[in-house]
Amino acid sequence: MSVDWNAFTPWSALAGGVLIGVAAAMFVLLNGRIAGISGVIGGLLKPSPGDIAWRAAFVVGLLSAPLAYSLFAVLPKPQIAAPYGALVLAGLLVGIGTRYGSGCTSGHGVCGLSRLSPRSLVATAAFMGAGFITVYAIRHLLGT
Amino acid sequence: MLVIASLLAGLVFGLGLILSGMVNPAKVLGFLDLAGPWDPSLALVMAGAIAVGLVAFHVVRNRTVSLLGAKMRLPTSRHPDRRLVLGSLVFGIGWGIGGFCPGPGMVSLAMGEAKALVFVVAMLIGMGIFELFERRKQALLMRPA
Repeated sequence: MSVDWNAFTPWSALAGGVLIGVAAAMFVLLNGRIAGISGVIGGLLKPSPGDIAWRAAFVVGLLSAPLAYSLFAVLPKPQIAAPYGALVLAGLLVGIGTRYGSGCTSGHGVCGLSRLSPRSLVATAAFMGAGFITVYAIRHLLGT
Repeated sequence: MLVIASLLAGLVFGLGLILSGMVNPAKVLGFLDLAGPWDPSLALVMAGAIAVGLVAFHVVRNRTVSLLGAKMRLPTSRHPDRRLVLGSLVFGIGWGIGGFCPGPGMVSLAMGEAKALVFVVAMLIGMGIFELFERRKQALLMRPA
């Protein structure tokens, strides 16, 4: 393993992480819920009365972030190398997997680990492990 | 009030995803590529988020209502099962292919990225497939033997 020091951005990573933590803290302190993106969005697909407004509001907040960010700083441009077909497959797997696994990077990785939940520790190890292996297979075995 | 709090939490979450670099799949894949030139940044994103999260979840651990008076709705089950592991493995494969997890996919979509739109639509279809299977399973369970 060799560290790519040119790509390493410790301060913005740490500061961004703290903001994500603050958002999760706000959500549990004020709303009493886990800030898990896949759960918040997934719940909109089986709407039940009184359960829609807060979910929709969270999503609107999330989608407003680029606009708000651009008022203070230059918005970075995401570099998306995967072709369209691969992104369709990726989206399907992420959608199905996060719902069966009851969470994603935010719900298990941030909130669950912060709660010291053994379930979330196992889930996080599983999706990170699968992520490492998948990237290894695509970049170093298939060589794309 | 709860709706406004929800909106603000979503906004701050999104700002964190942008600032941290999580909305950039190239950066996420640079972290997941242990065998290539490795970018450890995402470990610090997790560390920063969990440092704040540990305090917040410790503070609320014995509360029955939130500061705004909403019922606390935190998961009670703590034991991993097959469904959790298999689902998380499938999610991880998808994450490794595209470099997107759900939150960054949404934010990148709001930045006007066409590829993020494709990812998010496919993700919603995936979640819809899950709901269909769940409903079918419920229907089978409800049917008298």
